[in-house]
Amino acid sequence: MLLSPAEWQAVAVTLRLATVSTVFLMLLGTPLALWLARQRGSLGALCEALVALPLILPPTVLGFYLLLALAPNAPVGELWQFTTGRQLAFSFPALVIGSVIYSLPFVVQPLQQAFASVPGSLRDAAAVLGATPRDQFLSIVLPLCRRSFIVAAALGFAHTVGEFGVILMIGGNIPGETQVLSIALYDHVEAMDYGSANRLAIGLVGFSLLLLFLLYRDRGWRIGR
Amino acid sequence: MSDLQVKLMHSYATGFRINLDTRLPLQGVTALFGPSGSGKTTILNTLAGLGETLDSASVICGDVIWQNSAQRLPPWRRPVAYVFQEPRLFPHLSVAANLDYGYKHVRQHKVSVEQVVQWLGLDNLLARKPQELSSGQQQRVAIGRALLASPQLLLLDEPLANLDRPAAADILRRLQRVSRETALPMIYVSHHIEEVCAIADQLILLEQGEIQAQGPLLELAGRLDTRLAEDESAAAVLVVDAQERDDNFQLTRFQADGQSLWVGAEDSAQPRRRLRIPARDVSVCRERPTQSSILNILETELVAIRELSPAHCLLQLRLQEQYLLSRITCRSRAELKLQPGDRLYAQIKSTALLSDGQQP
Repeated sequence: MLLSPAEWQAVAVTLRLATVSTVFLMLLGTPLALWLARQRGSLGALCEALVALPLILPPTVLGFYLLLALAPNAPVGELWQFTTGRQLAFSFPALVIGSVIYSLPFVVQPLQQAFASVPGSLRDAAAVLGATPRDQFLSIVLPLCRRSFIVAAALGFAHTVGEFGVILMIGGNIPGETQVLSIALYDHVEAMDYGSANRLAIGLVGFSLLLLFLLYRDRGWRIGR
Repeated sequence: MSDLQVKLMHSYATGFRINLDTRLPLQGVTALFGPSGSGKTTILNTLAGLGETLDSASVICGDVIWQNSAQRLPPWRRPVAYVFQEPRLFPHLSVAANLDYGYKHVRQHKVSVEQVVQWLGLDNLLARKPQELSSGQQQRVAIGRALLASPQLLLLDEPLANLDRPAAADILRRLQRVSRETALPMIYVSHHIEEVCAIADQLILLEQGEIQAQGPLLELAGRLDTRLAEDESAAAVLVVDAQERDDNFQLTRFQADGQSLWVGAEDSAQPRRRLRIPARDVSVCRERPTQSSILNILETELVAIRELSPAHCLLQLRLQEQYLLSRITCRSRAELKLQPGDRLYAQIKSTALLSDGQQP
């Protein structure tokens, strides 16, 4: 085998984290993007800025505040411990929370743009044909934004795979629980094991490149006129 | 439902105001006619429940409140369908699925898909995507889609404005047939007077957000005191019945109030037609002209005279029940010493047969 058992474990944790995070990202990002796409005033702009913050903040800043919020004596951490009986900081759920916040702009922005690009005139046409807003969303908006959903999910997934700073701050480095690929690679470098580091790095480059290539190749369906 | 009671008031930041209080008959085709920016589309949108909220709006259909100060039925709960100026077909759906869109949202269907497909000539288009259709075909699909929603009222906002003349004429004929065969009430917005004269039963003249005149089309078109009469293209509309066909000269004889008119017309199954007779193509004589090249000379009574300018005036001429308009120079009027009550012979230089007419 190319990878050691510990590295395979890191691959598994990474994929699990990316998958779970993507599910939450889509569930949270879709209504948020829909809401943002309809906002005109300052409140919308403020929320948009908040969502976009992870794009420019150093991940360590985000990680630092998350660490404080998730600590056992902080409200969120305390609530979690009270309901689940487990500590939140340095756990897999903590990683999911961090990833979702960190990757949110990658999901919300393409969706928001897609929603905004669906002409209101088409939704009006659907409305006078008897479609409720829910109907309009499912039968008009969703199909017209299909590609953007794929883009959003893929970017959310890929970005979570590539996450490092936030995880380092809030996840620690527990094999099988919170040790993801990027952290494992960092460990190899710390230990001067450049060969192993290179294997992981090449794997990550290959994966990311393939995903982006597939995404850009399949421009496929666009909103027609 | 018998009529639609509409009261609208709105002031725009630009100073434009809409102020309207009327009853629209829910019967036949009611045309909203007026220049661009006279508030036509705003009225339609309000009837459909679309668009901005007006300062004050009340729409009551029979005894059902669609909208008042306390409530506003959303568009999907109103029994209306809307044909917009652009077709607004759903690009990701085939023609068949577009047609089905409104159909599947209603429980009680008034028409079948087959019937609508036949009315609008859509049989060869069903499998296509909207992007593959010409604009005329797209608009036909849009009309079909609206009809299949089984509305109690069909709103049409300049549905022919973006089409070339043959496509527009084709759709107009189809709409007339639909109107005849379904008795579906329609409100038809247009700033194209020929379209309006061809299809409307009732006419509402809008100007600056207010109703200038309202009534049966045939009556309003023959009046002197409306904005229509002031226009260069003022014309009366006559309802005529086909009598006989002269194939040698390719003319059809029609009868209007007992008098004959020869008009070049294709043979049509529909004996009752509408003629649009431009006022500038009608001249008058005190005595019946003989040996004239003009084919159509009608005996009329001068009812009223309106001076449009120092140069031109407009005459209202009565056949029996129906009216003609004649635009002549004020000089001719002075020389002939025309007075209301005079018997005059109206010479009609040209007439336009408005495609398949409707029962008035």
